[in-house]
Amino acid sequence: MSQEWQIVWFTVWVSALSTVLILPGGLAAAWLLARHEWPGKSLVETLVTLPLVMPPVATGLILLKVLGRRGVLGGFFHDTFHLDIAFTWRAVLAAQAVMSFPLLVRSARTAFAEVNPRFEQIARTLGAGEWRVFFSITVPLAWRGIIAGMILAFARALGEFGATIMVAGNIPGKTATLSLSIYESVQLGHDAAAFRLLGISVALAFAAVWSGEWLMSRRRGLHETAS
Amino acid sequence: MKLLLRNISLRLADFVLKVNVELASQVTAIVGPSGAGKTSLLDLIAGLRLPQSALIQLEERVLTDTARGLFLPPRLREIGYVPQDLALFPHLPVRKNLLYGCKTAPPCGSLFSYEHVAAVLEIEPLAGRSVTRISGGEKQRVALARALLTSPRLLLLDEPLAGLDAALKARIIPYLARVRDEFQVPMLFVSHDRQEVQALCDEVVELERGQIRSEANQKA
Repeated sequence: MSQEWQIVWFTVWVSALSTVLILPGGLAAAWLLARHEWPGKSLVETLVTLPLVMPPVATGLILLKVLGRRGVLGGFFHDTFHLDIAFTWRAVLAAQAVMSFPLLVRSARTAFAEVNPRFEQIARTLGAGEWRVFFSITVPLAWRGIIAGMILAFARALGEFGATIMVAGNIPGKTATLSLSIYESVQLGHDAAAFRLLGISVALAFAAVWSGEWLMSRRRGLHETAS
Repeated sequence: MKLLLRNISLRLADFVLKVNVELASQVTAIVGPSGAGKTSLLDLIAGLRLPQSALIQLEERVLTDTARGLFLPPRLREIGYVPQDLALFPHLPVRKNLLYGCKTAPPCGSLFSYEHVAAVLEIEPLAGRSVTRISGGEKQRVALARALLTSPRLLLLDEPLAGLDAALKARIIPYLARVRDEFQVPMLFVSHDRQEVQALCDEVVELERGQIRSEANQKA
């Protein structure tokens, strides 16, 4: 496999893995934000949104401090499992997960809020517990929004640059992603390689966002009460 | 049936719902103008809302007792609820809607079997269809059957015939009468329609701005 295809493959699978990893936490956060009121909710809302509005490099610096060998989490993983996170593929995964988390939460939260709570209430009167209500009523009725959020999160992960370069660097064959490789190719004057990678990035991002939009446009209808 | 509603207090947008009554009839109608608190009262009985204070007891079973901090979750109350919008799950076909509350595979209910309910309400031909592709009257029957299949001790019906034209109402009322006579489930029935009330109910409770204005026994 050429180095360029290795970069594409690495970027795609780490992005997919980060999307899957943030799914349980993202859905839980989205559901709590959509369905419940609790003290400190606005603080959590702000924290969840922060990676969207903060400079990615600043988020990367925070991650580096947390995930580096002397960081709280990085130190714990190094001492306990002899695992390094910073400047490995795990750091790429962490950066992508943190940066794409808000997109998943925002989309899923809107989708959950659009589900008529009466369906969930009636499911409870029919004997369903909270887990069953969530997986048999809430998620199926919100699935298009959840899938759209996953696609947006995946697309965001594909294009992640600032946080990744801070916490994972750009190590060929180890942490080099599409975005990092485009930047490096331009810096080195390898314009042809940069444009090839650019074309692949555009195609992947277009496919991801277009399928997200298509699903969102089809979301209507399911939320109407069947009365 | 004996349904005890003591010291009910629930703050609503414009007034406080205050109810203190004991219902003993097989079918009780709750009537009153829109916004009188009728649906909120059904929600309280079903356990879908938390009151400021209440003692709700069905037969010997305490469902809510705020004084003792007791609140039985809706899934354990064994109360069937047919809301005004029916809330049929749009992503499930009719059959899965019907069987949603069944604890076991068909014949399902401990009191009423799937076959029995399906026969009384004539819903078997609808079983394979989508709930979004059946008529208003068919939806009413499916919602009623779904609630019955949980073998409830009490059936709450929130304006089950609202939105249906007179001809369709006339066709559905006999189904409700059959449910009353065939299954002997006590019913609490919110309605605006005198015709429905007279056809189905033994007792009428009138609610206005959260207070009981009158209570009358139809059979008296």
